[in-house]
Amino acid sequence: MTQKEIAPAIFDLWIKTELAKDVKPGQFVGVFTKDKSALLPRPISICEVNADRTALRIVYRIAGQGTKEFSGWQAGEEVQILGVLGNGFPLEKGKGKKVFLMGGGIGIPPMLELAKEFAADAKQTAAECADGKTDVRCIMGYRDSKTFLKEDLEQYGRVYFATEDGSVGTKGNVLDAIRENAITADVIFACGPMPMLRAIKAYAQDQGIPAYISLEEHMACGVGACLGCVVKTKEVDHHSHVHNARICTDGPVFEAGEVEI
Amino acid sequence: MSENNQNVNMTAGANAENWAPDLRTRIAGVEFQNPVMTASGTFGSGMEYGEFVDLNRLGAVVTKGVANVPWPGNPTPRVAEVYGGMLNAIGLQNPGIDVFMERDIPFLKQYEKTKIIVNVCGKSVQDYVDVVERLGEEPAVALLEINVSCPNVKEGAIAFGQKADALYNITSELKKHAKQPIMMKLSPNVTDITEMARAAEAAGADALSLINTITGMKIDIHRRKFAIANKTGGMSGPAIKPIAVRMVYQVAQAVKLPILGMGGIATAEDAIEFILAGASAVSVGAMNFVNPYATVEILEGIENYMRQYHVEKLKDLIGAVR
Repeated sequence: MTQKEIAPAIFDLWIKTELAKDVKPGQFVGVFTKDKSALLPRPISICEVNADRTALRIVYRIAGQGTKEFSGWQAGEEVQILGVLGNGFPLEKGKGKKVFLMGGGIGIPPMLELAKEFAADAKQTAAECADGKTDVRCIMGYRDSKTFLKEDLEQYGRVYFATEDGSVGTKGNVLDAIRENAITADVIFACGPMPMLRAIKAYAQDQGIPAYISLEEHMACGVGACLGCVVKTKEVDHHSHVHNARICTDGPVFEAGEVEI
Repeated sequence: MSENNQNVNMTAGANAENWAPDLRTRIAGVEFQNPVMTASGTFGSGMEYGEFVDLNRLGAVVTKGVANVPWPGNPTPRVAEVYGGMLNAIGLQNPGIDVFMERDIPFLKQYEKTKIIVNVCGKSVQDYVDVVERLGEEPAVALLEINVSCPNVKEGAIAFGQKADALYNITSELKKHAKQPIMMKLSPNVTDITEMARAAEAAGADALSLINTITGMKIDIHRRKFAIANKTGGMSGPAIKPIAVRMVYQVAQAVKLPILGMGGIATAEDAIEFILAGASAVSVGAMNFVNPYATVEILEGIENYMRQYHVEKLKDLIGAVR
């Protein structure tokens, strides 16, 4: 395990684990505190997996006592994680298309592995299907010039930036960045705060394109048993038989039109 | 094993690996292979945790509460962590008895060694009766746990579990309709739990389970909002264990009914406390979320404890501390 602070209160943690073998972009792990008065695993999205798939990277913000404890962990420490959880992004929905990967704030980290997989896939398929090559554009929204993961993302494609204070890229949010750069897509993949996801849902509906958004909610079990982390659904859910889906096991990624957010 | 063997040290326990303590236990005439069960609402119908533990090793799976029709449950956030535990206000989201009979019961029936206990909820007495009658058609259901103590739904549930006369009435009504024995699940959110236990016993209940969660509240001081959308939630987890042990003991002294004990059980040592206090079996709840292997680890721990202290039969531990 290694760890460093990459922006104020944002930490970058690599964990060596055999769980890394089967990670798909958009999946998450439950990270346990060592303080036994805090019981529940913290759901944190996976940012990246290393080349030989022996370690996974999480980038998280200190949001409370649990994540504060995580930030104090030192290289070599052993930690307990539950996973791999959730289904991740449906990569196949983007293949051969113009794709937006949109991330906001601490919703940016899971977009890195997604960008990487799209980049890898495009290289593989380019020869066999030259005109169907996936065109991936990343649009990332930050508060200010502390643009963590910027260099990482730029390895895998064209990246547009938006910052609330205008210090980097477009001043405003990710949708402002799209407009300013006059870019369009056939499909959107996104993760970020709820107001951003709502705006993306509205934009996608307006454009008549699908948007696959990653949701978060307070969770207890992480495996679909407790029904703590539900989201309202447009249709009756196949498992719950009510208008609720479990974010942990049915998500965390949903097509925006399927959920009431 | 010699009955005269007074040697209770760890070495003696380790040497005695070739004898197996008798873990069987009975509640209301139903025999269970061991006393370790799941607490309703923390384990679904076992499908999710079947990936982690062999469900055939459990004494019983106690299902999530099921009503006559699907219930959507409460708005989110539904869960919050607190010191040594958690709050929840799921609001008994469930797919209704039709889906439950078609999907969940056949799933659980695959595990022939493990008994099925179904938790029943409702908003009116008739709702409960409807579910109890449907479950009567299914002989694989061994026992019904009647949820008259969920603190998170506006109507029904706890309204039947906080007044002795209401509890008496619903218990005696369900007794008329139930094919299986009924176990009333008691709320700790009462002045005197033994009064409720006596009312259930007088009305003909076959067993009791306790405790349900303790009503609590958490406020997010940064957002100045309740941590849970329902404002209040039921507290569970290790922090509530001493309250639960005390209540199990009090109820065991007050009535003759067998008790399924629960409330903050995290380890085998915790489970043994409940058994010594008078529980014939125990349920593991919130700890499943913390450690998906908790049930089986607790079962193995109880077995080791019995070997260590040369306890041949689990029933010799039940209510042994008075």
